[in-house]
Amino acid sequence: MAASTDRKPVVVVDDVHVEYRVLATGKRATAADSARKLLERSRRTRSVHALKGVSFSAYENDSIGVIGSNGSGKSTLMRAICGSTPTSSGSIYAASRPSLLGVGAAQLKDLSGERNIILGGLALGLTRAEIEGKLDDIIDFAGLREFIELPMRTYSSGMTARLKFAIATVQDHDILIIDEALAVGDKNFRDRSEARIREIRDNAGTIFLVSHSMQSIRDTCNRVIWLNKGELMMDGDPEEVIEAYEASS
Amino acid sequence: MDLAHDAAPDGLTRVGARPPLGDYLRQVWLRRQFIVSLAQFRIEAENQRNRLGMLWVVIKPLLEAAVYGTVFGFLLGSNARPPHFVEFLIIGIFMFQFFSSTFSAGAKSITSNSALVQSLSFPRMTLPLSLVVQRLLLFLPTLAIMVVLVVVTGTAPHLNWLLMIPLIGLFFVFNCGVTLITARLTVHFRDLSQLLPFITRLLFYTTGLFFSIEERLQHHPTLLRIADFQPLHEFLTLARGILLHGEAYEVKSVFWLYASVWSFGVLAVGIVYFWAAEERYGRVD
Repeated sequence: MAASTDRKPVVVVDDVHVEYRVLATGKRATAADSARKLLERSRRTRSVHALKGVSFSAYENDSIGVIGSNGSGKSTLMRAICGSTPTSSGSIYAASRPSLLGVGAAQLKDLSGERNIILGGLALGLTRAEIEGKLDDIIDFAGLREFIELPMRTYSSGMTARLKFAIATVQDHDILIIDEALAVGDKNFRDRSEARIREIRDNAGTIFLVSHSMQSIRDTCNRVIWLNKGELMMDGDPEEVIEAYEASS
Repeated sequence: MDLAHDAAPDGLTRVGARPPLGDYLRQVWLRRQFIVSLAQFRIEAENQRNRLGMLWVVIKPLLEAAVYGTVFGFLLGSNARPPHFVEFLIIGIFMFQFFSSTFSAGAKSITSNSALVQSLSFPRMTLPLSLVVQRLLLFLPTLAIMVVLVVVTGTAPHLNWLLMIPLIGLFFVFNCGVTLITARLTVHFRDLSQLLPFITRLLFYTTGLFFSIEERLQHHPTLLRIADFQPLHEFLTLARGILLHGEAYEVKSVFWLYASVWSFGVLAVGIVYFWAAEERYGRVD
């Protein structure tokens, strides 16, 4: 962080803890006690400490890769940054409202791809005319020209992810969080989306990329954060951090 | 904490903090196209998978009128039956359904759109509002059928009928307010969606859809006074008073006042109540 004093911070994560309280059923339910359990609805909760005091700052033009094994708190951190998971203590500040692009989230499945593009753009605050102007670009970027009239429930997971990425990057985002969303795309789309990520970064945007593909991270990121069991292990140059991460596992 | 103090002056804001009410409403207004388009696309999508498509928008209320007309017009007699009973019934049922369909679907307008809420950031108030617009658009053909049926059964059209426009406007405002309140409540208590059908049914039987509250309660002046303050009763009575003629349909003009106070009161409460939990809607815990 020392060398960054001249750059403008865009996201500041300050000693963030996230603790989930989950209803724990504990042991395996047998037929005998399932009826009793249903009535009791035992309120025993277990807390999962997903993030244990993570702090860092992200700056303009940063493209930050987030790595770590499954369950290390990567997605929790991303959801906390975009405000969809509350922090237990500590706070997160951002220059604008971050957008999260994740694998799980779907759009409106009964509507065609085209309608979803229009609605997504309107929700992001574009006018109808602006979207109509960009529609062709978006469809071409997603590579869905033939299928754009079909309802999204007929799309494959890769096609859905491509369309969502295309919609989310219509607008020049200040802060974009991409959580594994590119993993389902094919090689061709991955190249295009990585180019788009670099473009956003060059336009003073800030990007967080969660991925298990070290190649994608090397290709797009100028900085890498390594999380392990909810703690920040390392933060710095991609090569160094990836090397240390791979050595540890 | 030091880091936080460094951050604040740089124009950073805490993530997820809701904007002030004025800014928030301005953002909602900027997205009015989104509200209307979402409503239109939803209606199309709902009917897309049916063979008869958009025709259902017209067929449904007609079937509705036929069923209720048969059940309450012939099978179940009532001793508090006003003149022009069929028209009385149809106006009551159709108006009530604008409310009840908004009421049951509106409560889920945030919880059933969690995917959209989590992936894009936009003022969440647009979702319940879009739902009410959707129901309004579906109500308009119903309204046309209602007017046609009233004419067919022998009531001459009148210039007064234009008063339906402000009345539906008020009813829309009222429904917006109610939906904003139930949409937030459902986020906190999912169980509410189990309870709502019973509330709807209770209102269905007590609002005076197929009997006249005035006649039924004519010997209980206190109860009648209380019934006058029931907003749905006011909307139904006003609609019948506008469309039907005759002594039984003389409207107390104070109902306009009551209905307006209800509508804008509920809307104001709904806006503030919904906005206050803006940070809460996208959460997955």
